[in-house]
Amino acid sequence: MLHSQKYVLPLVLLFLGVLFLGFLNISLGSVNIPFKDVFASIFNLEVSKETWRYIIVEYRLPKAITAIITGSGLAISGLLMQTLFRNPLAGPYVLGLSSGASLGVAIVIMGASIFGGVFAGVLLSKWSLVIASSLGSLLVLMAVILASIKLRDTMAILIIGLMFASLTAAVVSVLSYFSPAAQLQQYIFWSFGSLGDLSWNEVGILTIFWLVGLALAMSCIKNLDTLLLGEQYAKSLGVSIKRNRFVIIIATSLLAGSITAFAGPIAFVGLAVPHLIRQVIPVNNHQILVPAVILGGAALMLICDIAAQLPGQEYTLPINAITSLIGAPVVIWLLVRKRKFLF
Amino acid sequence: MEKSQQHSILKTTNLDIGYSTKAKKTIIAKAIDIEVNQGELVAVIGVNGVGKSTFLRTLSGVQDALQGEVLVKHQKIKQIDSLELASLISLVLTEQPISKNLSVFELVALGRQPYTNWIGRLGKNDLRQIKKALQHVGIEDLQNKKCYELSDGQLQKVLIARAIAQNTPLVILDEPTTHLDLYHKAYVLKLLKKLTRKTNKAIVFASHEINLAIQLCDKIILMQPNKVSTGSPRELLESGAFSSVFPEGLIVFDKASASFKIKP
Repeated sequence: MLHSQKYVLPLVLLFLGVLFLGFLNISLGSVNIPFKDVFASIFNLEVSKETWRYIIVEYRLPKAITAIITGSGLAISGLLMQTLFRNPLAGPYVLGLSSGASLGVAIVIMGASIFGGVFAGVLLSKWSLVIASSLGSLLVLMAVILASIKLRDTMAILIIGLMFASLTAAVVSVLSYFSPAAQLQQYIFWSFGSLGDLSWNEVGILTIFWLVGLALAMSCIKNLDTLLLGEQYAKSLGVSIKRNRFVIIIATSLLAGSITAFAGPIAFVGLAVPHLIRQVIPVNNHQILVPAVILGGAALMLICDIAAQLPGQEYTLPINAITSLIGAPVVIWLLVRKRKFLF
Repeated sequence: MEKSQQHSILKTTNLDIGYSTKAKKTIIAKAIDIEVNQGELVAVIGVNGVGKSTFLRTLSGVQDALQGEVLVKHQKIKQIDSLELASLISLVLTEQPISKNLSVFELVALGRQPYTNWIGRLGKNDLRQIKKALQHVGIEDLQNKKCYELSDGQLQKVLIARAIAQNTPLVILDEPTTHLDLYHKAYVLKLLKKLTRKTNKAIVFASHEINLAIQLCDKIILMQPNKVSTGSPRELLESGAFSSVFPEGLIVFDKASASFKIKP
């Protein structure tokens, strides 16, 4: 293993970074809580104030875990898509998954007001949003899988995903045009993304999807390397393209679909993290790349969440804007500095 | 004769190649009978569009034959599972969308894929085979370079090294000399010849370099619209097969120098 030993140190550093950021994330917030009591709450020891324990255990801890799951899950989906399509612009968005989720939510929020009557009250609970966005992603996913069974060409699947994205965006525009201001605002708030609204039960469900998605990604870790050579070479190395493509699409959909359902459509992370990692650790071997991207995604999301909640302030900025505000300059800076787009 | 049969790597019997859809069959070439033995360098020669690529795709199992059999080490290719086939045939393809961000070492190491465990961990033997492949092709000094830093000629050598690292008795190359200048064309083909001698692999390649192939190859498969002839360059020379390769008028085969010349 001479070859991959030199990458152990960066991975360990990334892991420590995630631990540190996780703790920092839990420590900071609108209420100032001393580090000592943050520790005590996490490890279930004596805490000076019971409200502090409540804030930590019921609010900040699930939020930090959601940030880790969201960041790593989206980043891995991005990596999988970029490798599958051999396209540096690919991300979970290209399969139209987030668009499908947006459509589901748009129909529930804005459709309810347009069609009015009985629907309005029933549909606007939080779970109905989760279910609607999951159904939306699932619908697009089914279409993409059907296409992937029919089509031999991976690029065609990419284009179909993009077509779905613009179709759903168009439907959402039409719905927004006809819907009253209040509903429109509610939809826009959902589209900002949010990490903080999850109960422990919801975090549990999200974790299950995350674990299954990651396990599927791990199961084709070796074949991902081969896909970097193109499908014909992969085939000549004994890799079944159809099966791997299917597994990769399922893994991406589970990850991106469940995350969008619970945390809203969070842009940028899926596209950017694999590039950030490739700039920092110059490696293409997915044995290294997959864990590095998982850790990198988690770290980026924790940082963004810390920035979004503005320590000491009442406000929480929309996470969807923060990811791009922080991430985009970093990617631009790295690309300009290295003068090379690595893919 | 008996000896060569023992070492037969690739054989086709009454092979028809082409494409078939539900509606109709498009036959590109009919009744091909060839045999390739251990340690032989074989060129597939023919004008553009005559079906060289289809033929190679059929030989490597990527595409099904319309009729007849392809036998790899006496086994029918259709009955060999894909992983076992990966240990029998390796490919060098041009114009593939490979990620140029791979380092030379990483790319050559991918040749070991069929032999590594589920996570793709390279063992001692894998590292030895990779090193050997880099040595055979003479690119050890390039191994830490990224593929986007390489010239076309260097990249072609790297792709050949990857196929060597796959450690298969048969290597099939689709037009390995396109985009190369005359020197590198000769260099790559000479390298293939050297590899057949040193590693005893059978190497089959498609090429437009007839003049070079006549000088270097053990066998030539000459594909023409209505017939496929095989033999050693000398046999084909004597049978006059080369004189009908190209349409009449522009290029003629000069028997004395065993090469093609532009008609004055």
